[in-house]
Amino acid sequence: MSIILDISKVDMVFPTPKGDFTALKGVDLQIKKGEFISLIGHSGCGKSTVLNIVACLHKATKGGVLLNNKEVTEPGPERAVVFQNHSLLPWLTCYENIELAVKRVFKNEMSPAQMTQWIEHNLNLVHMDHAKDKRPDEISGGMKQRIGIARALAMKPEVLLMDEPFGALDALTRAHMQDSLMEIQQKLNNTVIMITHDVDEAVLLSDRIVMMTNGPAATIGEILEVNLPHPRDRLALAENPEYNRLRSAVLTFLYEKQRKIEVIPTSTATPKQKQSDVA
Amino acid sequence: MTIKGLFTAFFTTKAKAIILPTVGIICFLLFWSLTASSIDTSLGKFPGPSSVATQISNLINEHNTEREKEAAFYLRQEQRNEARMAKDPSYEPKIRAYTGKETFLDQIITSLLTVLSGFLLAAIIAIPLGIAIGLSKNLNMAINPIIQIFKPVSPLAWLPLVTMVVSALYVSPEPLFAKSFINSLITVTLCSIWPMVINTSFGVASMNQDWVNVSKVLSLPRLVHIQKIVIPASIPAIFTGMRMSLGVAWMVLIAAEMLAQNPGLGKFVWDEFQNGSSQSLSRIMTAVIVIGLIGFMLDRTMLQLQKKLSWDKSSAQR
Repeated sequence: MSIILDISKVDMVFPTPKGDFTALKGVDLQIKKGEFISLIGHSGCGKSTVLNIVACLHKATKGGVLLNNKEVTEPGPERAVVFQNHSLLPWLTCYENIELAVKRVFKNEMSPAQMTQWIEHNLNLVHMDHAKDKRPDEISGGMKQRIGIARALAMKPEVLLMDEPFGALDALTRAHMQDSLMEIQQKLNNTVIMITHDVDEAVLLSDRIVMMTNGPAATIGEILEVNLPHPRDRLALAENPEYNRLRSAVLTFLYEKQRKIEVIPTSTATPKQKQSDVA
Repeated sequence: MTIKGLFTAFFTTKAKAIILPTVGIICFLLFWSLTASSIDTSLGKFPGPSSVATQISNLINEHNTEREKEAAFYLRQEQRNEARMAKDPSYEPKIRAYTGKETFLDQIITSLLTVLSGFLLAAIIAIPLGIAIGLSKNLNMAINPIIQIFKPVSPLAWLPLVTMVVSALYVSPEPLFAKSFINSLITVTLCSIWPMVINTSFGVASMNQDWVNVSKVLSLPRLVHIQKIVIPASIPAIFTGMRMSLGVAWMVLIAAEMLAQNPGLGKFVWDEFQNGSSQSLSRIMTAVIVIGLIGFMLDRTMLQLQKKLSWDKSSAQR
């Protein structure tokens, strides 16, 4: 399949009062159409920065991002983002939140009736048609994130970017949302980059898992192909040896090769330990 | 039920909301009448609650008498004109306006109209300016010193300048508004503009970055971004500024009316002070209470408006 998104040798340097801070160094990744990629790594390693560079919410210091062989320089709806904390506009209803996006993206292509239908189709896709006239503060966290996903999907993006979409949800809701996302992915076969902290989530959802080294100057450490057949079922996979091999591969990368030691401030001042970088 | 049980049942939250303010007001009235009777001034004793109550009915009676006089005047004028028309059909009737003195209630209306016009003018300037400053750090850096310098200026300092400028520039043979009205209005605007500018720009500048990102991903054009994201997002802050400004406007107006002899409640207070009758102090005290009540009412109206228009109900609690 053809390469749709090319993240090409991206460096990211943030100027700070104490001098430049290199967050990313030589991040290079090619993504095929319809592929589901997970970006996994310890917090602070620059996963979100990668996503923001693809979305053009940040500008890479060196290198760039090609979408269909054209460099992207401005944010745009063809790279829709699902933000970690849903970021729905609280003064609009669920329907209106999606409407804002649909009106913007399809103003020349759809009639008002088609737009209404398309918004309702997307609400239906995330099973939220019952709450379309509710405001974000009237629905639960999981429901808000469903609307956030519906808003992104309604833009018919070429690449869907998800920044820890389920990070703020409780474990049961998260499992439910993962199942929903798999179901949607079965239907739409979107190209997705998802940032996650959750090893099970990464293995369950992805076609490839991209594991990032710890910062500063973080980069791609290893890439793991996930060749489990779709549709995947979390209960059946628990016994699956391939699933468990992949899971332990990710865990090994995160907790042995890229072990991050958080400095816990105690009264007995321990010398500040940097991460033990074995890789 | 025990006495204690009765007591707690009596003091439910709802009952408390009525009982406690009532107790507070009664205590204040008692304290007021006790201290008032022990203060002697050259115009007699300091007015207590009862003399204020008397004055309230006096002022309403005066208003009604004045209205009757006015009606009688117009009736006489009409009869006279008809009589002359009957004698001489070519006579063009002259209609003269009644020139009786403004009553206390008239002054209240004048003050309210002036404060609302001044406040509206301030809002029309301040909110767009605040949004522009909030959106642009450079503009903020350029304008902020000016705001900080003019914000603390007292209305009394502006007033002579405003008066002179208005008399020089507002020259028309048939003015739509009285000069005194324009003077008060501009003074009110000059003083009440700043809280709105500052709050609006703060609200816009401290907007949730996620909402800005949503707007960027949708690549909304600038005007749509302002209309759909910036203004709704800063509505709570804009309302906070508007409530502060309306409070300032009302305070400023009374002072401006007193000093500039513009019609309104401030002039009423000043006239009574100059009048120096045995009733003056109690009439001034009545005006003080009415000014307070109207200020309170204006703030509540603003709060109701905020509750109605703002999506953020939590910011409209106090």
